[in-house]
Amino acid sequence: MDIKSPEFKQSARIALQDANLQKALGNLKAGFPGKRASAVARMPEFDALRDQARDLKNHILEHLDLYLEAFEARVVENGGQVHWCRTSEDARQTILQICREQNAKTVTKGKSMVTEEINLNEYLEEHGVQPVETDLGEYILQLRGDHPSHIIAPAIHLNLEDVSEAFHEHHHRPKSDDPAVLMAEAREMLRKQFAAADVGITGANFLVAETGSTLIATNEGNGDLTQILPKTHIVVSSIEKVVPTLEDMSLFLRLLARSATGQEFTVYNTLSSGNRRPDDQDGPENFHVVLVDNGRSDMVGTEFQEMLRCIRCSACMNHCPVYGAVGGHSYGWVYPGPMGSVLTPQMIGIEKAALLPNASTFCGKCEEVCPVRIPLPKLMRHWREKEFEKHLSPKAVRWGLGGWAFFATRPGLYRWASAGASRFMRLLGGRKGKIRKLPLAGGWTDHRDMPTPTGKTFMQQWNERQQQEKQR
Amino acid sequence: MSRADIFANIRRGLRRSEATEAQRETVRQRLQQRPRNIIPSRSQHEHDALVELFVRMAREAAAEVVELDSLEQLPCAVADNLEQKQQHELVLASDSALTELGWAAVHERVECHQRVAQVGDQASLTLAFAGIAETGTLMLFSRPDSPTTLNFLPDTHLVVLSKQAIVGPYEDTWDRLREASPGRLPRTVNMITGPSRSADIEQKLQMGAHGPRQLVIFLIP
Ligand code: SF4
Repeated sequence: MDIKSPEFKQSARIALQDANLQKALGNLKAGFPGKRASAVARMPEFDALRDQARDLKNHILEHLDLYLEAFEARVVENGGQVHWCRTSEDARQTILQICREQNAKTVTKGKSMVTEEINLNEYLEEHGVQPVETDLGEYILQLRGDHPSHIIAPAIHLNLEDVSEAFHEHHHRPKSDDPAVLMAEAREMLRKQFAAADVGITGANFLVAETGSTLIATNEGNGDLTQILPKTHIVVSSIEKVVPTLEDMSLFLRLLARSATGQEFTVYNTLSSGNRRPDDQDGPENFHVVLVDNGRSDMVGTEFQEMLRCIRCSACMNHCPVYGAVGGHSYGWVYPGPMGSVLTPQMIGIEKAALLPNASTFCGKCEEVCPVRIPLPKLMRHWREKEFEKHLSPKAVRWGLGGWAFFATRPGLYRWASAGASRFMRLLGGRKGKIRKLPLAGGWTDHRDMPTPTGKTFMQQWNERQQQEKQR
Repeated sequence: MSRADIFANIRRGLRRSEATEAQRETVRQRLQQRPRNIIPSRSQHEHDALVELFVRMAREAAAEVVELDSLEQLPCAVADNLEQKQQHELVLASDSALTELGWAAVHERVECHQRVAQVGDQASLTLAFAGIAETGTLMLFSRPDSPTTLNFLPDTHLVVLSKQAIVGPYEDTWDRLREASPGRLPRTVNMITGPSRSADIEQKLQMGAHGPRQLVIFLIP
């Protein structure tokens, strides 16, 4: 996926005027937050679970090397293989290599954001292996040559007509405005693919160190068909998904579905532990786990370590006013919304992603709903600091802050200047009490009026009050 | 190469080289003792209440629940159920508890097979290992008698669950599972809560995406 994050401002402007996108985003806002709220209300222990999940994740990160070692050893005991990949390129090559060993022509895929992150589909195609996305949303996107705009509802930016159009074009069937008909069509088309694929690739929501298992949570069952039918199952996961035990996984599963879709539990939670056992009649003969780092180990021990607690539930973006207004594609890379604004700079570099941590109203809603209590606004602020340190902030911002600092460190001058500015703005506002246009503040006044100050500064008012008090 | 780099990087971040013996011990303990985290109060009740909770939650997740007085009633109940769905073919798991039932009595209504599932199969019948009351979830696992394709390919998945196998929270199944499969887990463990679904088109929930369109649970004493 091409990086378009530097164009955030233009993309956002276009998105705001895109009536179809706005309609589609309406579905998101009408759905997710309410469903999550009702699920949370039914689980009185929810906040206590969140505290425990935060602490457990912190414990895991402090012992990350040890849990990963334990996980690896158990996968091997189960008859599987583990591949460690420092970069996206390493991961792509490793996966292609496995596919080639199997002489694979087609590969079915369950939903996986990590494979988006490493740009797997394009790479496989370029090298003669055809990937087939099987999650309904991902399938629609693949037909359209599109990319996910949300981490769990990938096609949230599309409307029914878009889907109908894409299916009509590729399936050569009459168009339909019934989602049930469209889904049945996809089911039928993909049945053949599931059966024909040589390799199945899924992601993982969790890696269980105790048992060497990977877990996927899906509602459709495509992830299961992807892994049971082909001869080879490849799990692509990132390193921070390891948890100690099945008991610990249970804690996260209680939080995941409720935070994500507001379900009590995801329909299919499937543990995979190695390859087919000697007397089993089905299941893959080969089991590979590809562990992708891609910048995550660099976050350990830094101010961004807390981001590694993320369980990819999407609650932060579902509740984000910025995401809700501009949609996921505006963020210009794989991970959108608040979690993306923290992760993307790490993965593609703050130089290209500098606008993302600024695309926030700092309303704090993301942190409020995050099941592992990641202080997303704080982490975005850290990126802003980095951006400033690296002189990446726009000149106007740097000069503005520099100018402000000059006055702020000289109190006498500051008072004199702010008194002047306050009087000037009062004059500008006149009787209406509102300022329509303000030099250098177009970003504010283009879209709303600026209230007129009283004409006196805080310090002046304070002194006057003190005087009045004394006279009384 | 990558492996060494990744571990070196993690350890650098943690400001240590190899982990201390104390840290190793902490990890060993957690993996061996497997402490439980908070268990929601909803799943801590007497067994009868858990059975009731299971049925309620499973129905909420859009599973059909059929209560039987005995396992012997199963062939007839299955035939009735499939008839409603206008289905008449069934792939059975090879567990003797299932195969030894009186299928002959319903052979005119149900055509039974024992094999892995194939594309196009109408219905399958398997035995659940456990039922988890907390969310109305079934637990099944792969074994020679019960191939996993049976749980996913057919249009209708019929599952037999004994009331004795119903527990409160997920945690209660893990110890049972470790006992049933000593040394290592079965290749796959499936936790199933209702039939397949998707809301990928305009966030409108549709049932029957890729897995079974219907999930029927036969509850036996
Ligand atoms: S940051 Fe928190 S809320 Fe956002 S996806 Fe990750 S876990 Fe969920």
